[in-house]
Amino acid sequence: MAVHTSQSVAKAAGDTVARGRSRGTGNPPPPSRLRRAMSVHWYAWTMVAPVVIVIGVIIGYPLGRGIWLSLTDANERNVARSIGVNELPATYKFVGVDNYVDALTGTQFLGTLGWTLVWTVSCVGITFCLGMGLANILNRRIAGRSAYRMALILPWAIPGFVSVFAWRFLYNEDRGLLNKILGGGGIDGIPWLNDPTWAKFSVIAVNVWLGVPFMMVALLGGLQSIPSEQYEAAEMDGATAWQRFRHITLPGLRPVSTTVILLSTIWTFNMFPVIFLLTRGGPGEATQILVTQAYKFSFEISPRDFAQSSTWGVLILVLLMLFAMVYRRVLRTQGDNW
Amino acid sequence: MTTLTETSARHAARRPRRRGDRSPAASVALHVTLIVASVIAVFPVLWVLLTSLKPAKFATTTDFFKETTFENYTNLIKDTEFLSWFGNSVVVAGLSTVIGVFVSATTGYAVSRFRFPGKRGLMWTLLITQMFPVAVLIVPIYNIMAGIGLLNQPAGLVITYLTISVPFCAWMMKGFFDTIPHEIDESGQVDGLTPFGTFWRLILPLAKPGLAVTAFYSFITAWGEVAYASAFMVGDENLTLAGGLQKFVNQYGAQWGPMTAASVLIAIPAALVFLFAQKHLVTGMSAGAVKG
Repeated sequence: MAVHTSQSVAKAAGDTVARGRSRGTGNPPPPSRLRRAMSVHWYAWTMVAPVVIVIGVIIGYPLGRGIWLSLTDANERNVARSIGVNELPATYKFVGVDNYVDALTGTQFLGTLGWTLVWTVSCVGITFCLGMGLANILNRRIAGRSAYRMALILPWAIPGFVSVFAWRFLYNEDRGLLNKILGGGGIDGIPWLNDPTWAKFSVIAVNVWLGVPFMMVALLGGLQSIPSEQYEAAEMDGATAWQRFRHITLPGLRPVSTTVILLSTIWTFNMFPVIFLLTRGGPGEATQILVTQAYKFSFEISPRDFAQSSTWGVLILVLLMLFAMVYRRVLRTQGDNW
Repeated sequence: MTTLTETSARHAARRPRRRGDRSPAASVALHVTLIVASVIAVFPVLWVLLTSLKPAKFATTTDFFKETTFENYTNLIKDTEFLSWFGNSVVVAGLSTVIGVFVSATTGYAVSRFRFPGKRGLMWTLLITQMFPVAVLIVPIYNIMAGIGLLNQPAGLVITYLTISVPFCAWMMKGFFDTIPHEIDESGQVDGLTPFGTFWRLILPLAKPGLAVTAFYSFITAWGEVAYASAFMVGDENLTLAGGLQKFVNQYGAQWGPMTAASVLIAIPAALVFLFAQKHLVTGMSAGAVKG
């Protein structure tokens, strides 16, 4: 803000739009305007150039190719490849939106989407409630608070894939600790990862275990930023605990909770490692979420179906962007300037 | 949900008393809740640690201590490619972090301080890129890497991880630069520094803690990445840790001894650094996220 803003921002932003469009239509802008913008903004543009280049080359280009692949029938057998010294050219062809029609009218995509939604909503919901409860407790004066905090944060500190293997160890049907404990109590072992319903329960449990620390810490930060005078005033007015929670804590946490819910929804929707390492989507396809299924199409089945995988990838991205837009709009209509 | 209601119940028990006082029953309930939660949080990790110290034949027994030994660790290092996996992970995660931070530092500063045409678009791109599912880019990047012969090479994975670390680093660094007062930039201007000079000589040194946190965060993100690493790296010695650990536990059986030992060697250093840095991490995350 301090530097090089010779014009009002609205004007400057308007400039880009005009330039972007006119370039497309082959109608170059008056050179003076470009030169003027250049002379004012070249510093900023030079400083962002590295990231723009990196994003364009290693994200933009693959993204474009991914969208293109989703419009073709590309698979392992017809993409360009080299066998020994022979270079085989690509022979896949453009099929239009066939892949999208197939995905959206078939049962597999919609079925997987259904479970992905259940998975996301239950993981985020449970994680949020547990995180909120623990944050509220840790926000009080209580003996050993920092020790508890440290212990509760631990799952976040362990690399995710290590934790998932630790849980696989605990869940093991014949030798896992959980079933041994149940056995000690005379209860039959549970097929944690081999029965569709239990497997769903198990993957959600692990993801909640992984996610609570982040949620708790973020909400704790939010709680600490609520001025204690508000609680004192409410107490003076005779508000009950529930009323204080409902009318002070929840609104006070709003900025933090909207953000963490958005973030953890997106993360959970795309949570590859938990499903992939714990069950590989099994038994059958019971725990397969969209991301792991898209991965399976291109890396686990033969012939690898690149087109199908790309189609699912693009659909996931569209769904997430729609979600983020709707979420923002809902917040805005509720008066959140976010 | 239960904790939630219990919490508010406890509010009720506490508030009529003096601030900070609560009934003994409420205190007990609080501690019990926290102890149960802590045990659930710590136990799986602890159990892996204890198992790694047992001889392999007792790996699945329920005894906490049984003939404590380091044989799992020595076997892991002698008989498996663990050290090469570890090295690969260090190289890949380290390089993608360093390059990511290096490339995105100036951008974080520019979007924090300047208004320029295209800024809004760039901010949006940075934000949206972070919600890219791995499924969107993995196939095209795989095909491109196959085309230019970078499959199964650490360099290919480094380039791929830049797709994660660059938008993330730029976004988080913007948050850190936002917390540095603008007066410092102004004083630099008054002293005749160029905008880049201001950034380089004044702001960057002040932002060092932020850079460290960003770097650390993108390092652990790359360290724990599974999908790209599993798809792009094959062959025993090219794997990263995420791929290597899968070798011990597959559909044909499980070698819990080396698996638990490897888990400990991967997790303990990461956990120590994390717990040390977590206060800053949280600030950084919320600075980047909340100001979105």
